This record gives sequence, structure tokens and C-alpha cells, in this order.
Amino acid sequence: MISSSMLFNITTLSYLVSMIIFFAFLATKNRVVGLFASCAAYFGFIVQTTAIILRWKESYALGHGHAPLSNLYESVVFFSWTIILIYGLIELKYKYRIIGAFVVPFAFLGMSWAQLRLDSGIEPLVPALQSNWLLYHVITCFLGYAAFAVACGISIMYMIKAKHEESAGNSPAGGILASFPPCKVLDDLNYRAIMIGFPLLTLGIVTGAAWANYAWGTYWSWDPKETWSLIVWFVYAAFLHARITRGWVGKRAAILSIVGFAATIFCYLGVNLFLSGLHSYGR
Amino acid sequence: MTTKKGGFLQSLWDFFCSLKLTISLLICLATTSIIGTVIPQFPNVPPEYIQSLSSNKLFLYKNLGFFNMYHSWWFILLLYLLTVNLIACSVKRLPRVWKIIAEPTMLMDGGLEKSLSLTHDFKMPGDNVALREKMAAFLKKEFASPVVTEVDGVYHLFSQKTPYCRLGVYVVHASIIIIFIGAMIGSYFGYKGFVNIVEGTSISTVYDPRTEKPIDLGFSVRCEKFSVSFYDTGAPKEFKSILTVLEKGEPVPGYTNIPVVVNDPLSYKGFTFYQSSYGPTGEGAAAYFTVRRRTGGEPVKIAARQGEKVQLPDGGYMQVLEAVPDVKAYMPHMSGAAAKIETVSAGNAPLQFVVFQNYPGLDEKRGGDLIFTFDGISEKYYTGLQVAKDPGVWVVWLGCALMVVGICMAFFLSHKRIWVRVTHERVTIGGSASKNPAGFQLVFDALVGKLKKL
Ligand code: HEM
Repeated sequence: MISSSMLFNITTLSYLVSMIIFFAFLATKNRVVGLFASCAAYFGFIVQTTAIILRWKESYALGHGHAPLSNLYESVVFFSWTIILIYGLIELKYKYRIIGAFVVPFAFLGMSWAQLRLDSGIEPLVPALQSNWLLYHVITCFLGYAAFAVACGISIMYMIKAKHEESAGNSPAGGILASFPPCKVLDDLNYRAIMIGFPLLTLGIVTGAAWANYAWGTYWSWDPKETWSLIVWFVYAAFLHARITRGWVGKRAAILSIVGFAATIFCYLGVNLFLSGLHSYGR
Repeated sequence: MTTKKGGFLQSLWDFFCSLKLTISLLICLATTSIIGTVIPQFPNVPPEYIQSLSSNKLFLYKNLGFFNMYHSWWFILLLYLLTVNLIACSVKRLPRVWKIIAEPTMLMDGGLEKSLSLTHDFKMPGDNVALREKMAAFLKKEFASPVVTEVDGVYHLFSQKTPYCRLGVYVVHASIIIIFIGAMIGSYFGYKGFVNIVEGTSISTVYDPRTEKPIDLGFSVRCEKFSVSFYDTGAPKEFKSILTVLEKGEPVPGYTNIPVVVNDPLSYKGFTFYQSSYGPTGEGAAAYFTVRRRTGGEPVKIAARQGEKVQLPDGGYMQVLEAVPDVKAYMPHMSGAAAKIETVSAGNAPLQFVVFQNYPGLDEKRGGDLIFTFDGISEKYYTGLQVAKDPGVWVVWLGCALMVVGICMAFFLSHKRIWVRVTHERVTIGGSASKNPAGFQLVFDALVGKLKKL
């Protein structure tokens, strides 16, 4: 009998393989290598999708019957899944395969952390989480986070490439950098990824507020998790306005995108690890 | 707004219209918001935390309002600045955008043609009128119905798609102000309170931690029962209060015995009651016994509160002196609930003895005329309810909905425009889009390709 945890291990391995081939792609610039790298990531994605569905079923078999989004382990797994999903959408639409080299590692990191260090037991839902709002809230938030992860990967590429162009003048970049899309394209892709993430984060905050209002009678209570999601939202709002302001395009926008993702990760993990509040994931 | 208006006013206006101010404010809000996630916030500041601060720090924190940071004067000031910035920017830009929508440029003259990045120009046989008809039919079929204008024998065709999406940004910005208004309505006309109701009792006021005063509900709420259930793992499964709403002491039909659990509150007359906490009252626990006579006869069930005198089947009385949920603390070799009781029957001296829930056969060995078995104690609980009334909440949801719609309009729709000029067997086509130029280029190239095949 195939178990979900077995499939999750295969997923982790696929993402590792994909990441390694992506690094080889960076070095060789060989298109076939790139194709293999993407395929490994997509293979992992399909396995992971199956595993998530299987885990959902396993939860029913145990008599708990809830979506696999209820604890830190499940959320990290789902986060990895959304990262590959958003990467896949952007790759299929804009055909810049190389960004995978800076995005798949996030998914691999998530999966290996979940598989090696987190408690993967299927637990029943505590009363606070027994609501359909959990599903809407978690799915929108994590899709948003994933888009920001992709944007962060792209921004890192932008920073590397821009730095090189600065020091080398206008001479064409050699080596690994030659396989990067031009700065202008990276800037545009960064914006596009955030254009996916920002509405989703907004929806995530709104569904969270709606849930809080439904369950506790206050849509906003400045709980640390809420506040950090608002901080993330402010940073990306600043990014959106930076892009239409002279002197803020390009590098500063890329920095805002990286800072935004750092804030996202703090909002997701740091708040639970370092601060106290109503959100019970990870404690 | 007028541009010639004294240097100071003008520069103030420019200051508030500046996007750099927007970015700075957003970054300021983001960074200062961190403070309140690190320092405990009113009303949950532990006294130990205050004591752990040096007096200088405490002075600083108090004066900067760090213990209620999100309501401090400077944080509110930042929000006001943001609002003014938002309104000023919109007042400055909206008329221009509105003009693009309401009075579109329908003639593509040389200047406009040069400013467009997508243009194409080719020869096509036929007289002007025939060409005009052909182009109009083409645009209608492939893009959108055109408006035709004639200037000095030259025909100008103009067609556009989704011009209103340019308003998306303003919908987003208006939604932020609507949310602020909703929040203000809530803070001026709403309440947030808390109340503990002991099982079997009712309340008609709730406590407001902000004003530290009671709020009168205008009706009462009775807690019929509170219960907790647990999973096998020991994790809590459900906290449930059974509530009844009373008007003038009478249960209200439809609001009687309503179960309230976490994530499923009770609403009545604008007030909503949320399951939030619970605890034992520490008094008034009832103890339950079964009593039978040694000589035979039906066993009788008895419930007694601590200190209460209860009649026994033999005409005497019993009283619970003490009941504990676990006797281990007093008698280490025993376990489970136990009750120390006193019985008084006519003509006899009072008797004191202990009965144990886990050892039902034990009392028989005592040798008394009445044999007691202890069925356990029920601790009385209180339920802790969060109570809220927020008339602004629908305004907030309206704002949120508008915000999501506005963001989607601003991001995923594009105002696409096509101009066609027809002069003496010459057709010039130009196009522009407010968003996603790369995507629009594909659309434009496809249009030109089809035009050439006409
Ligand atoms: C002080 C406050 C603000 C001011 C003055 C301001 C001003 C502006 C301006 C002038 C634009 C450009 C409009 C155009 O392209 O014609 C814009 C775009 C935008 N603003 Fe704001 N804004 C503010 C706050 C916010 C906030 C808090 C949000 C959060 C949702 C927001 C969301 C947007 C969005 C989504 C766009 C569209 C960006 C794009 O198309 O890339 N704005 N804003």
C-alpha cells in the first residue's frame, strides 16, 4: 500500500534532483538539460499532488476528516506545492525556464525541512480551526506567499545581473549570467509575480479578517500574525508604487521584493517561533 | 486644483501629491508596526514585563504609547497622512484619467502616431468610402465597434476595449478610505466586551475592557449548560455553551437553548456572543449518590450540593461536608472522586464517613442501615463569552470587496485602443494598451496580419 509519506519522500527527492539539474543548466546553458530540470520539478509536483490527496483520504480513514492544512508540517508541504505551481504557471506563460534555478530550491528547502524535522502525524482539528474559513484563508495566503517566493527568486537574479552589468559596463555578460534573461525582463517578471501574489495576499488577509470576525467578533485585533501580514502587504504596496515612480524602478524595487519575501517568511514562521498570538500553527 | 496659489500652499500640495511620500509612508507603517508585535499590547501587558523594564525605558515606552501602539497619536497620524496623500493624489490624477475615458482621443494625427509604439502603414486599393466601410467592418468583427470621424476628407476610426479598467486603481484607493470609515464607525458606535456566565445563571451587562465599564445589553442571556469534550489524544475537541436569550425574564422563541461553539456564535439584536473561554466556578458542585436500604427496596438517587441538607429514604437527612474530584491527595492508596458525608437519622447520633466513586462495594462493609454508592460530582462551570457589536463591519466588508475587485481591474484588465486612418488608398493603424505591452503587441500583430489578407 502506497502511503502519502512515501510519496512525499519521492517529492523531496525529485525537487533535489530538479535543483541539481537546474544548477547544471546554469553552467551548461544546454536547453535539453533545462528541459530535464523542469520535468523533474513537474514530476515532483504531480507526485506531491497525489500525496496531498492521499493524506486527505488518510485523515478520513483515521476518522478526523479534514483537509491537510492544519499544522506546521502540512502547511510547509502545501507551501512547497504552491511554489512549484506558481513557478510552473510563470514558466509556461513566459518561457523563462532558468528562473527555476532560483525558485525550486525554496520548494526543496521546504520539503526537506518538513520531512526531516517536522512532526508529520495527522492530528484532529482543535476547536479554533474547525471552520471552512480555514481552507479559504490558508489556500489564498499560501498561493500569495508562493508568488512572492517566485518574485524573490527573480529579484535575486536581478540583483546579481544588475551588479554585473554595473561593473562590466555594457559589455555582454559572459558565463552563467549570459543565461539570465535581460534586466528589463527580470524586472517585468518580478512585477508579474507580485501581480499574482498581491491580490491573493489581499484575499488572504480579507478571508482571515472575515474568519476572525465570525469566530471572535473582531475582524482585526492587531494580533502579531495579523500585523505581520499587514506589514508584508505594506511592503508590496510600496513595491507597486515604487515601480511607477522615477528613481525607484529596478534595483530598489528588487530590494523591496526581497525584503517583502523576508517579511513573508517571518510572518509565516517567525511569528510562531518568536512571538505569541492567536495563530496556533507550529506551537 | 489651481496651480497658481502662493509658494507654500503649492509646495504643500505637491508634497501630498507625491508618490515618494506614499512609498515612505508605507515603509514607515511597515517598520513601526513591528514594535507592537514585540512589545505586549494593552490590555494584555503582564505586570512582570513592566517590572523587567528599566525606568528610562518605561518612561520612553509610556510616552510614545508603545503599550497601545496601534492607537498611539503618531501611528494614527501616519494613517491620516496616508489618507490625505491618497485623496490628494486621486484629486490630482482622476480628472485626467476620467478625460481619457469620457473624451477619448479619436483622431490619430501625426503627433499621436509618433507617440505610439505600435503602428503600421500600408497601401490598399479602393476609394476612401469603400475603404472606410471595410475598415469599420473589420474592426467591428476583430476588435470592437469603431467611431468614425471625417476631417478634411480623411477618415479616422477609433475603437477601444475596457476603458473603465483605468478606474481600478481609484477603486482600490477609495476602498481603503471606505475601510477606514467602517473601522471608525465600529470604534465610535460599536462595543467589545467580555462576560462570564455561570451555568444556570443569566447576565444582562457585559464588561468593556477599554472603558472598564459595564455595557447594558437591554436583554439577558442565560447559560443553560457548558461542556468540553476531548479527543482520545487529550486535545480539546469542542467547547460548547447552551445559551438562551431572555427578554423581561422570558425566553425568546428561536433563541432558546442555542448551542454556541468556537466558530459558531449567537447573534441577537446586533450583539454577537462568541465562545471564548471557560472554567470551574469553584463553588456549588453537586454530588450524586444512590442509596438503598439493607433490608431491600428500590435504590434512590440523590443529588446534594455542598452544605445542603437532603432527605434520605429512611426519613433522616444527609449533608455533603466535602467532595473532591480526586481523593489521591488525601488518601494516596485510593483514587477517583470521593465525598465525605454526614447522615442524621431520628434518634441516632450524626455519622460521618467517606464514600468513593471507584469502590462502589465498599460502603456495604460499613455495616450501616443505608448503603451509599457515590456516582460522582458535577463541577459547575462558567462560560467565558466574547461579546461584540460592530455596526461598521458591513462597511468594512464593502471596502474589502471593492479592494479585491479594484486590484483585479488594475492588474488583469487593460484599456486597449486602436486607431485607423484612411487616406487615398493608404491605411495607417496604431494601437496602445494601458497594461501588458508585450501581450498587446501580439494582439496588434495578429490584427495587422489579418488586415493585410483582406
Ligand atoms: C498614500 C496612499 C497612496 C497613494 C497616494 C497612492 C497613489 C497611487 C498612484 C498615483 C497610483 C498610480 C495610478 C496610475 O497608474 O495612474 C497608484 C497605483 C496603485 N495603488 Fe496606490 N496609492 C496609495 C496607497 C495605496 C495602497 C495602501 C494600496 C494597497 C492596496 C494601493 C494600491 C495600488 C495599486 C494596486 C495600484 C496599481 C499599481 C499598478 O498598476 O501597478 N495604493 N497608487
